[in-house]
Order: sequence, then structure tokens, then C-alpha cells
Amino acid sequence: MSVSAYTVPAPGDAAVIFDGVSKHFPASGKSDGFTALDNVSLSVGRGSITGIIGRSGAGKSTLIRLVNGLEKPTGGKVLVDGVDVGGLDEAGLRELRRSVGMIFQHFNLLSSRTVFGNVALPLEIAGMAKPAIEKRVRPLLDLVGLADKHARYPAELSGGQKQRIGIARALATEPKLLLSDEATSALDPETTQSILELLKRINADLGLTVLLITHEMEVVKAVTSDVAVIDHGRIVERGHTFDVFTHPKHETTRAMLSGLPGSKLPDAVSRALKPQAAAGDRAVVRLTFFGAAAERPLISQLIKSVGAEVNIIAGTIDEIGGRPYGSLVVAYGADAETAGRAERFFTENGLVTEVLGYVA
Amino acid sequence: MSPDILLKIWGATLDTLYMVAAAGLIGSLIGGPIGIFLATSGKGELFPAPMTNRIVGLIVNAARSTPFIILVVAIIPFTRLLTGTSIGTKAAIVPLTIATIPFVARLVEAAIREIDKGLIEAARAMGATPMQIVFKVLLAEARPALTMALTMTAVSLIGYSAMVGAVGGGGLGDLGIRYGYQRFMPDVMLVVVIVLIVLVQLVQSAGDGLARRFDRRSRKN
Repeated sequence: MSVSAYTVPAPGDAAVIFDGVSKHFPASGKSDGFTALDNVSLSVGRGSITGIIGRSGAGKSTLIRLVNGLEKPTGGKVLVDGVDVGGLDEAGLRELRRSVGMIFQHFNLLSSRTVFGNVALPLEIAGMAKPAIEKRVRPLLDLVGLADKHARYPAELSGGQKQRIGIARALATEPKLLLSDEATSALDPETTQSILELLKRINADLGLTVLLITHEMEVVKAVTSDVAVIDHGRIVERGHTFDVFTHPKHETTRAMLSGLPGSKLPDAVSRALKPQAAAGDRAVVRLTFFGAAAERPLISQLIKSVGAEVNIIAGTIDEIGGRPYGSLVVAYGADAETAGRAERFFTENGLVTEVLGYVA
Repeated sequence: MSPDILLKIWGATLDTLYMVAAAGLIGSLIGGPIGIFLATSGKGELFPAPMTNRIVGLIVNAARSTPFIILVVAIIPFTRLLTGTSIGTKAAIVPLTIATIPFVARLVEAAIREIDKGLIEAARAMGATPMQIVFKVLLAEARPALTMALTMTAVSLIGYSAMVGAVGGGGLGDLGIRYGYQRFMPDVMLVVVIVLIVLVQLVQSAGDGLARRFDRRSRKN
């Protein structure tokens, strides 16, 4: 199984290009100097949903704020639709920001304005006339399914509804690019899914490029086509989401993926796991399969060809970016003969394997 | 109590209201923008001017720490310059206004600083100018707190206005001192105090009511 090569979007096809971007916060009074981003290069394909995932403090918030100039890089360039954000003056920045929507973890809605008023705000700021605003806001409220709540105040709405208002507001100026700053992190899993569905729909229907940052692998898995993993201010891994999920290369990526349901071993097994095999031990191996492999009766074939007992320890079948994908953790005799037969079987069937360790 | 005294109490009440209204209005018109400036001119804020911010802050603090009664006496020349006299209702408005400005400025600053920084960021991300952020976001969102601040200002002014009576300022305080205290008429003193209490209650209730009406943050479904 070969990983489809990741081709960097050509400059003309990129909605956003980070070109060797660094951001250093100088030391001030109480705090030491701090490098949030270290020579980051990344392009965001036009029309894609690109995810940037990292733990808190990895630099992703800073990265997304460079796109609309809320933060300025201390090195490198950020190009949005070919325009160098760093080269814009305040007026130019304001114009750019009107063509880039943004949604936030805590929604950032004005409590003093109704739902309608909140969605109308960016249009008022852009100096649009009242009747035109009215015409623009109504369909947006329909789009996010909150037309009946137009006269309500944010405090009367649930978190998911607030984020829908946030999305409608971000779309009001008809941007080509939507920035999502941990937009689902304050929501429960079910609401998260419905917000992600909405983002997918907007991406498909309006051809809007979405750049989202998150610390949740679930979010990346559910909506993105491309992903970059950021750690300590550096991009450590990037590619099509499917490839990164099925063949994680960097330690950080693996660690983040291990939190996904189905990827985690039962505690009893992970505690007993040893790095070296002793006589009579069993090897614990993760099999990853997709495409044609997912449709063959692999387990029964595996048992036949290994000719020994095979235990199933954990497993999951899932879909990443619309492609089916399975992960199975099995254990079988670690002796050279059994292991050799198993390996041959994996190679013949094009399965990706990873030996996690050994158990007695 | 003679009708004559009652009439005097009525007149003094009107004087007090006049002083409070005039000083409150002028003081807020000057103190409000200073408060907005204080809240938005720190390092990295909307109108960054940290040095000016610090200097204005110092002046405001100095004005606030000067005891009111000393302020009244200290600025008599200035008062005379503006109003041509140093006694009476009109003259009292000057020190009352001067005292109101820093008071309002700090309250307005506090009200604006309460607003979630995320809202400012969201507005910036929409391409709002700093002025648009002040008017469409900060002042709009701070309306309940600003209403409370103005209420507090009016209540304090009612108290201060009674104090200017001590230097011939006119109004209820003046009446209370001249009749209730110096002519030893405790009934007049009592009525003056009751009128002051009623005034404060009315202002406070009106302010609370308005602030509640403006506050959309905790409405029930």
C-alpha cells in the first residue's frame, strides 16, 4: 500500500500561503520571550477544508491570526489570495478582513444585539444600507437554520445555536475564506457534529475555503481534506487527512491519534506491554486496512495462514474524508516461525502493520 | 412648619436637582470620553498611547483623591472666573462638575474594561475601525454598566451637592445647615434629610430599572 503523494497546492490554487513564517513574542516585564511559530511554510488549497491540529500552546492560534492580520509575523510572509498581508496598511487590512470570515471558540457574539443584529454587524461596519442588509441577513439565517430566532438575544440560545449565528455573521460579507478558531471546542460532541456538518455544507455549496484550527482529532477526521500537525511552533507533519490518519509519521501525530476511540488499547493490555519479546510471549500488532483490503475476510485468512491463535484486542471501522478505514489490534505468538508467517501474510495482502509491543 | 419654610424646602429641592443635573450632564460629557480613552489607550489596545494614558490616569487619581470640600475652596478663583461669583447654586455647579469628571471617567473605564476582549477581536476581524469598535461594540455592550455608572454618579452628586451648602452653594444642604443647624430647627433638618433620601431612592430605582432593561445577558428562555 503506497501513500498517495501529497502535492503542495500550486501558488495559483492556494487560498493562503504561509511562507517561512515565524512569530516571536519579545520578553516583557513578567514573561520571557517566546517563539510561537518557527519558520512555518504551508499552503491552504482553494476550496479545501484544511485543518491545523496541535496541542494548546503549539502556536495554532497565532498561526490562524496571521491570516487576517490580527497578529503580525516577525519573519516570513503570509499571502492571502496572493496578497502579502504584512504589506497592507490599516485600511488595506480592514478591506482584507471584510473578505475573510472568522468564527471563534466562545462565539464572541454581542449580548446587546439580537440574532439579526449580530449577523448584520459586519455589514453595518462595511457601511451597507439598511434594506440591503435586511436582504443579505435573511437568507443567511435560513442557511444556518435560525430564521425563527432572528429577534432573540444570544443569551437565549444554546451553544450550538450561538455558533450558527457566529457562522452566519462570518458569512455576511460573502468571504472566500473562513477561519475557524476552535469553533467546536466549547460544544458537546453531538452539537460539534452538527456544526461540522454545516461547515462541510458551506464549503461544498459556497465553494468557501475553510481553514480551521483545533486540538480535537475528531474534528479533523470529520471534515478536513488536508491537515497539518503543529507542535512547538513547527509543522511536523502534513498531508491529505486520510494519509496522515492512516500513516502517521510523527510522534506528536501518533500521540494525538491514540486518543481517538478504537485507537486506544485496553488499560490491562497497555500496562502489560513490553518492548522486548521473551520466550512464549505474544506480539501485539496494529493492522491498518482500507480500500480493497477492507472488503476481504482478512481475519479468517490471517488465522489460517498464521496457523496459530489470533486474539483481537481492539478494533474500529471508520471513515476519514469519506474513505472507509479500519484499524485492528491483534495478538499472536511472537516466536520467529509464527511471526514470519504473519509478516508474509501482511505483505501479500498489502496491510500496514505496526508492532506495539509484547505481552506474556 | 410654616408654609414659608415648606416653600423654601421646595425651592431648595429644585436647586439641588438643577445642580445635580447640570454637573452630572457636563461632567459626564467630559468624563465619559476620558473614561473611554483610559480604557482603550493602553499598550496594544485600540488607540495605543501608553504615556498619555498614564499621565491622564495620574491627573484623574489626583482629582479623585482631593477631598471635595477642599476642592470647592481651592478652585474658588476658577469658579469666579467662569460664573462671576463664588456663592450660590450656579457657582456650586463648577466644583461639582470638576469632581464628577474623574469619578465618571473611572466608572466608564471600568465598565468598558469589563467587556470580553473576544468581542473586540471579533470586530477587528470584521474589519471594523477603532471608532466603530468604540461605538458599535464597546458602548453598546457596556450600556447596562454605563447606566449603573451614571446612576452612581447622580447619587454621589446629590450627596456632594448637600456639601456645597456648607460654603453657600444653595440647595437642600444649604437649607439644612442654615435653618436646621444654625437656627436650630430639627424638623427642617429632618425634612431635608427625608427629601434627600427620597431623591436618592428615586434615582437609584430609575437607574436600576433602565440597566435591567438594557441588559440582555441573562434573559431566560
